[in-house]
Amino acid sequence: MNKNHRVPSNRTLGAVEVKSKFGAEFRRFSLDRFKPGRFDEFYRLLQHMHRIPNVDLLVGYADVHGDLLPINNDDNYRKAISVADPVLRLFLQRKEEADYSAFGLDSLTRPKKTVLAAMLLRPDANRKKPPVIISLPRDFRPVSSIIDVDILPETHRRVRLYKHGQEKPLGFYIRDGSSVRVTPQGLEKVPGIFISRMVPGGLAEGTGLLAVNDEVLEVNGIEVQAKSLDQVTDMMIANSHNLIVTVKPANQRNNIVRSGGGGAASRSSGHSSDSGTSFYGYSSPGTAVATTPAHIIQNFHPEELESDEDDEDLVVEVDGEAVPIPRASSASCTIPFIPRYVPHLDLRTTNEALASRNNAGSLGTLSTADRSLEGRSLEEDGTVITL
Amino acid sequence: MKRFRRHGQESHRDRIKQELYGFNKTVEHGFPHQPSALVFSPSLQLLAIGTRSGAIKLYGAPGVEFMGLHDENAAVTQVHFLPQQVDLVTLLDDNSLHMWTLRAHQGVSELLEIGRFTLTGPPGAPPSVTRVTAVLTHSSGDLLFLGTEGGHVFVVEVPGFRELEESNISLENVTNSLPEDYGGRRSLEHVESLQENPVNPRQVLIGYGRGIMVIWDLERQSAIKHIPATQQLESVWWTEDGDHVLSSHSDGSYCRWMVAGEGTQSEQEKSEVPYGHFPCKAISKIIQLPTEQGPPFLFLSGGMPRASYGDRHCISVIHSKTHVALDFTSRIIDFFVIRDGPDYTGDPSALVVLVEEELVVIDLQTEGWPVIQTPYLVPLHCSAITCSHHVSAIPLKLWEKVLSAGALQNTHYSKKPWPITGGQNLSPDAPQRDLLLTGHEDGTVRFWDASGVCLYPMYKLSTAGVFLTDAEPNDNMNQCTEGEWPPFRKVGCFDPYSDDPRLGVQKIHLCKYSGYLTVAGTAGQILVLELNDEAAEQTVEATVADLLQGQEGFRWKGHTRLEVKEEPVMFPPGFQPFALVQCQPPAVVTALTLHSDWKLVTFGTSHGFGLYDYQQKSNVLVRCTLNPSDQLAMEGPLSRVKSIKKSLRQSFRRIRRSRVSLRKHHVNNAAKVQEANARLEAELAEMELAPVQRKIAARSSDDSFTGLVRMLYFADTFLSDSSHHTPSLWAGTNGGSVFAYQLRLPPVERRAEDPVTAHPAKEIQLMHRAPVVGIVVLDGLGSPLPEPLEVAHDLARSADMQGCHQLLVISEEQFKVFTLPKVSAKMKLKLTAIDGSRVRRVGVAWFGSSRSEDYGESGLTVLTNQGDLHVVSLPGVKLQVQYPCIRREDVSGIASCVFTKHGQGFYLISPSEFERFSLSARCVVEPRSLVEVPSQTPSTTLPRAQPDGPSVEHRYTPTSSARRVMEHALLNDESE
Repeated sequence: MNKNHRVPSNRTLGAVEVKSKFGAEFRRFSLDRFKPGRFDEFYRLLQHMHRIPNVDLLVGYADVHGDLLPINNDDNYRKAISVADPVLRLFLQRKEEADYSAFGLDSLTRPKKTVLAAMLLRPDANRKKPPVIISLPRDFRPVSSIIDVDILPETHRRVRLYKHGQEKPLGFYIRDGSSVRVTPQGLEKVPGIFISRMVPGGLAEGTGLLAVNDEVLEVNGIEVQAKSLDQVTDMMIANSHNLIVTVKPANQRNNIVRSGGGGAASRSSGHSSDSGTSFYGYSSPGTAVATTPAHIIQNFHPEELESDEDDEDLVVEVDGEAVPIPRASSASCTIPFIPRYVPHLDLRTTNEALASRNNAGSLGTLSTADRSLEGRSLEEDGTVITL
Repeated sequence: MKRFRRHGQESHRDRIKQELYGFNKTVEHGFPHQPSALVFSPSLQLLAIGTRSGAIKLYGAPGVEFMGLHDENAAVTQVHFLPQQVDLVTLLDDNSLHMWTLRAHQGVSELLEIGRFTLTGPPGAPPSVTRVTAVLTHSSGDLLFLGTEGGHVFVVEVPGFRELEESNISLENVTNSLPEDYGGRRSLEHVESLQENPVNPRQVLIGYGRGIMVIWDLERQSAIKHIPATQQLESVWWTEDGDHVLSSHSDGSYCRWMVAGEGTQSEQEKSEVPYGHFPCKAISKIIQLPTEQGPPFLFLSGGMPRASYGDRHCISVIHSKTHVALDFTSRIIDFFVIRDGPDYTGDPSALVVLVEEELVVIDLQTEGWPVIQTPYLVPLHCSAITCSHHVSAIPLKLWEKVLSAGALQNTHYSKKPWPITGGQNLSPDAPQRDLLLTGHEDGTVRFWDASGVCLYPMYKLSTAGVFLTDAEPNDNMNQCTEGEWPPFRKVGCFDPYSDDPRLGVQKIHLCKYSGYLTVAGTAGQILVLELNDEAAEQTVEATVADLLQGQEGFRWKGHTRLEVKEEPVMFPPGFQPFALVQCQPPAVVTALTLHSDWKLVTFGTSHGFGLYDYQQKSNVLVRCTLNPSDQLAMEGPLSRVKSIKKSLRQSFRRIRRSRVSLRKHHVNNAAKVQEANARLEAELAEMELAPVQRKIAARSSDDSFTGLVRMLYFADTFLSDSSHHTPSLWAGTNGGSVFAYQLRLPPVERRAEDPVTAHPAKEIQLMHRAPVVGIVVLDGLGSPLPEPLEVAHDLARSADMQGCHQLLVISEEQFKVFTLPKVSAKMKLKLTAIDGSRVRRVGVAWFGSSRSEDYGESGLTVLTNQGDLHVVSLPGVKLQVQYPCIRREDVSGIASCVFTKHGQGFYLISPSEFERFSLSARCVVEPRSLVEVPSQTPSTTLPRAQPDGPSVEHRYTPTSSARRVMEHALLNDESE
């Protein structure tokens, strides 16, 4: 409870506590929450505080999800101030030394293994290069992406929705309907599942990738044919933290046109039972990279599908008398519960602060504000107060 | 490379799977839903029942059961055995006739449909001409007389269903033979009854709806006599000597006619309205049977005075001076009388009545005509079933005690053996004694012997006696006031009316080793009972468990707590309550577990859970699981207000979907494909007109009833550190939370004084927030922990405490294995994410290999909301097999499913019937019985229309085979 008290007190003061780290050095100062000023002022302030007036800096901050996000304009600066809760943690890097791959989603908590794997498996030249003018796509939190363009027929679209513990609802409805398939016997009418309604302001609508009357063909790689509406609903809800839907858009005019070499699959238009659309189709990143045309954004990481970062359960040890579990032993395990830190960014303090705050609330009564944190791995080996 | 290796492994695994698993629906227990026809074959000693859903069921000696289902979805209106044969004919309400036979195959009889037939009339004739209303199976065994709505009688040769047009008895022929003065030549109406002369198979009586009856000579092809009854005809009975005909009529009268004489018109000897003076209802069936010495027995169904007792369902039995009107609680379908003697031609011995909800058998040879307890067709639903609990392998001691307690309750039943003895029960003796406990709405728990094919009632426990209820048990059963007319006597036990719905039993847990039983009900009451051979008078003290724990903002709008009787209550021998916990608020108990070794009971409701020490009679722990934002749970019992729209919508969907699936069944051949496509198109168009939407939204903690406790589990495991195992309590909620408590039990010698304590140890919040439906701790070898006291009785291997224990949490969506004591995810199976089905029921079972005696595996038996059964391996949580079992629209069937510890299970296919199924290849309980063709005797010498010829050689000892099974089981147990 004691840690929770700090939040309102800071809010009432209107001050944002800032902890800035450059190399091994820390600086602490505060900013006015309601008058944060402009980014260039802030940038100069940082250079002043760290006494590095002539060093080009890349400014990053840790948001509530533990992601390292950049601050490079007024908008994301204001956003950073507004979400600072209670401490705004900044990470400064020299521009020339900057490691851009550190930025982006889940960058602070993703197991190192997968980061390495991603680098080894996907020797994408873009990844290492500094950005030319504007921020990289990975500077933003993705809300959705089109994936597997290379293996899907042109008439189909595979959309990934990133829920990430956001408050925004997925925001769409599905219904029964009928669809026409081409079979050796000619056209055949078969039952199908369709998107029936979009919730205004929902995640699905915001992506622009799904629309009313799109036929749902697969949910996370599983074909929905011969499944009832209720089954498909349950499948989608069960996958809601990382939902991948393959649709046949009702409007076929916005399809991605491939410049040849797209594979035979592209010509089986209108045919829903495409052989390449199996679940395992994802786990072949090598081929995916090889055949992807350069102009298509490939920000889907195959390892994310397998990793369970969004599916981790919250475990609270409530036994004060129990022998504390030694951290050493837990570190040796290969269990995704243990917080993993990207070695060059020491975010241990952040994580622990988050963890203890989370534990302060009992499981049954997690407030909506705290719920966004549930996706993180948490472990508490001390006594915690429960309601 | 990898692929090849895996292939080899898989085929080996596939073979093991085949040896372990196999799905069979084996037998239906209980009473058929909506029976519509009854018949008895004296020669086969078999009873046949047809139902409105088109099923036909045959029963003989206990254990001898056959079942058939017509392809047509039409009600069975009549069933008739062919005399002296193992064939029977059914008439459905779509006017089709079906021939069934019992064919022996590998030493076991099977019921098979061998032919079907629909009467075709002359071209252009109205359908009523061929609409069958009466069927007579002629004693020659190869003729079928079909009386129709048009008044004609068609003759058909069986079993081939060849129409014998030259033998048909047309209405014109009959009308012409009638005297000129008869009723101004009005229509005779439909054929109501066809009867064969018991002493002369050449003569057949045709009874017409208008009342007139004609005796037709089959050889001379002419009417030889007519019986000029004037009232609407209901039924006809030709007495055994062939001299008299009895007719019953719609005005509640019956008449006796002399037919022996020479004249063409019969004399009316007697006409009587038994419950007369005021208008009476029809007598729908009449039977008269002679006795060796003394007056005959007369059986009448109906005939009650319309105004005062028109709503009663009665059969009157009149014998000499004795006259009883048996008063049934549901509508009478049909009845027959079983007769004594080697040829079944002696005195009436038993009256068998099929009413809508049960089968009642009255012993006519014992003073007072007591009821004989039925070994099958038991009315499971005499009060609605609210829950069930299965206990495998009951120790002999407990079994005997339950049996003897039950025997004391059944003193009012007849001591006579079961009178229906047809067929040979060849099923092997049950390998073990199994109990099925059903909880009922009226607060009773019924104990059934579920070891074999017959679900036999053993004992009935009533919990209502502990509480003060408005209605005292009514003792007016079997009482008849002197001089009351009609002389009613209540029979049957079907009584669906519950005095107080709060008494309803919701959860049951029985410890088979200690004989401790705990029963929990609708008003949050938890009773702990122990088995006592003696009657005892005691007060049951109530302990209140306040599950709210000071939670603010709560309003309970539901029912009040049950009031407990303060004075001592007399409990009969059997299970006697000695402790009572009452939850506050008194919400329905949703989870219950007993640990007889630790003497603890844990219970949960939608508000929280508690732990009760029944030795010290005190609460150990009370935990509130309420989520303050959960408005529904805060307000009272499961409110349906919110979901009524949804449920309406769903039920419409269900109807529509069942229509689709029904039609799909018919589409087998290619010729029908086009037609089906057209229909499907029409349906799809209909769907498009009324689209049903489903919202896609992640589950949140604000959903309703997140605090509802779904699962409670005791385990002796490594909860806090890996070197000391301690007793623990685990609770799982609807919101995907698991709470673990470490329990500290005082040493045995201090158990009665020192308190038991519980400390919170762990909380797990499943991220997907699906309801937790199962919690199992696996020992170091990956096997589920044994039941309490199981090891002490040397019936299970003690749990492995060397290796690491694992925690298996089963939610509706996933199976997850966690390590212990540090809870971290190890393995999982995401069922919903891959096939959209959700876990509804789960059980731990042991599957023995059918090939090698000593190989077996533990597994989870799972029933999904799609009605599919899965077996999931342990500890690897891999799907092994999947079988469709229950229609997904059958929500109550899915909800009623209960698994046994040996891979079998039960679910309700109707309010009154359990379907038994088996997932195990080794452990299958199914009826195996043989019915032989009765030895043929020349039909001309047969004295009755349904000849009671000497039956097959095998005679039955008075002990029923159900008893035999039991005795064998007892012997086996002793030899162990």
